[in-house]
Amino acid sequence: MRRFSWFNATSLTLGFAFLYLPMIILVVYSFNSSRLVTVWAGFSTKWYGELLQNEDFLQAAWVTLKVAFFASTLATVLGTLAAYVLVRGGRFAGRTLFSGMIYAPLVMPEVITGLSLLLLFIGIGLDRGILTVILAHTTFAMCYVSVVVSSRLVSFDHSLEEAALDLGCSPFEAFRLVTLPIIAPAVISGWLLAFTLSLDDLVIASFTTGPGATTLPIKVFSAVRLGVSPEINALSTILIAIVTVGVITTSLISKRAAVRQAKEERAAERST
Amino acid sequence: MRRALLISIPYLWLLVLFLIPFVIVFKISLSDAAIARPPYLPTLELSEGWASIKEFFAELDFENYTFLGEDPLYRLAYLSSLKIAVVSTVLTLLVGYPIAYGMARAAPEWRPTLLMLIILPFWTSFLIRVYAWKGILSTEGLLNQLLMGIGLVDAPLTILNTNTAVYIGIAYTYLPFMVLPIYSALEKMDDSLLEAAEDLGCSRLQAFWMVTMPLSRAGIFAGSFLVFIPALGEFVIPSLLGGSDTLMIGKVLYEEFFSNRDWPVASAVAVILLLILIVPIVLFQLNQQKQQEAGK
Repeated sequence: MRRFSWFNATSLTLGFAFLYLPMIILVVYSFNSSRLVTVWAGFSTKWYGELLQNEDFLQAAWVTLKVAFFASTLATVLGTLAAYVLVRGGRFAGRTLFSGMIYAPLVMPEVITGLSLLLLFIGIGLDRGILTVILAHTTFAMCYVSVVVSSRLVSFDHSLEEAALDLGCSPFEAFRLVTLPIIAPAVISGWLLAFTLSLDDLVIASFTTGPGATTLPIKVFSAVRLGVSPEINALSTILIAIVTVGVITTSLISKRAAVRQAKEERAAERST
Repeated sequence: MRRALLISIPYLWLLVLFLIPFVIVFKISLSDAAIARPPYLPTLELSEGWASIKEFFAELDFENYTFLGEDPLYRLAYLSSLKIAVVSTVLTLLVGYPIAYGMARAAPEWRPTLLMLIILPFWTSFLIRVYAWKGILSTEGLLNQLLMGIGLVDAPLTILNTNTAVYIGIAYTYLPFMVLPIYSALEKMDDSLLEAAEDLGCSRLQAFWMVTMPLSRAGIFAGSFLVFIPALGEFVIPSLLGGSDTLMIGKVLYEEFFSNRDWPVASAVAVILLLILIVPIVLFQLNQQKQQEAGK
């Protein structure tokens, strides 16, 4: 603290300006009445109106939400299972390969993941559409979920589960009554991460999509390739607002939950 | 028995949707392009028995790889991807280090908020964050308006559709990946080490170079790899901010597949990109392991 000088203050200010100014500019210019995005011509919300009347965008947004919901839910189930198997499963044949397959997708370039999945779908003769995008998103998102969940599984006390088993729980009951409530915050943040990753993905979706399953990022990408447009600014503003509200809410909720948990743990310690 | 079932569900999922697709990519990279559906030869006909399987393997060859080696376009694309990834990583480090340093030196009650401010952009759409720079960097964009307004330049600079725009885009979108590991390394540092260095006659700058820098080296390594690895195969940033002469291998692969419809060459490009990526990924893993052991 002693070293928090003007230098640190400047670098933080400049750093956060770099991080946030582009997005602030985007938001401000979404309220510009001129179609020319670089010239300010007065306040207007007309681009939001136009966006809401654009059937193509609404359709794509709906597809994206459906894909993200199913993919992230499936990914959360599979990823939690994978984390449980990795942390609590002990030794089994091919464990190294399994953990490799969990971590590899995290560093894999999206173009390669997309290409390989597309070739698989064509190889097995699966028609490309919403289903293939969901399968593709589930696969990479489950790896992120499993990393988040396994870090929580590693850190909590194994003896709690053993106690439940000793007291007559079946392994499934022990998981449902002891393990799941403890790892629940990690499972929820895993789901949120999976949901955001799926909402955001352009490359893998454009490889694995088919007719009738154009997602919002694909739509946005083809629009912004041509240049800057105020409708896209309006759309970006809506997305930024949703994310900001979502992140702040979840961080407040998890902070409150952490405080409550600490209180309960203290109470439990006192009572013993 | 039930345990085997539990293990096999995620295991089989990843085998079928992650590992087998790579085997298919590798196999197609050994095939020849053809005007057919699917557009490559040979295809495996298991129903026709052993002879056709033998014939199938006899027709696979490394022709596409020879082609990649001979065509300067691909060599240049790999080299230019490496260059862009290196330059952007260094730029991200230069921008990210002071931020991480400032965060680690900020009052402890401020740190969670600062951390959240660093992570928040990561949750907003990647595509939108890249797009935001299009309006800023264009010739009539805000940056040029600003520079000309204060009289720094007379004519607008061409930044959009050049490699410079790609560097900025990568540094911007991957900044959290650089800041977080450096911050966690700096946060653990003991302030008394700096005091000791100054007591022993170091200037502040010397103390920084001889104490702070070496102690944050693991964070710098981790952050640099976390930026370098995804930057190498980047597709969105060069297509939105780069020019037609910005060669990056992710873009080449995408176009080879979708525009040229040459699946075997696209597959071979993917295989080589993977081989190149193995080096930084292994180095990153070693760095992480060393960190974990040091932490114990």
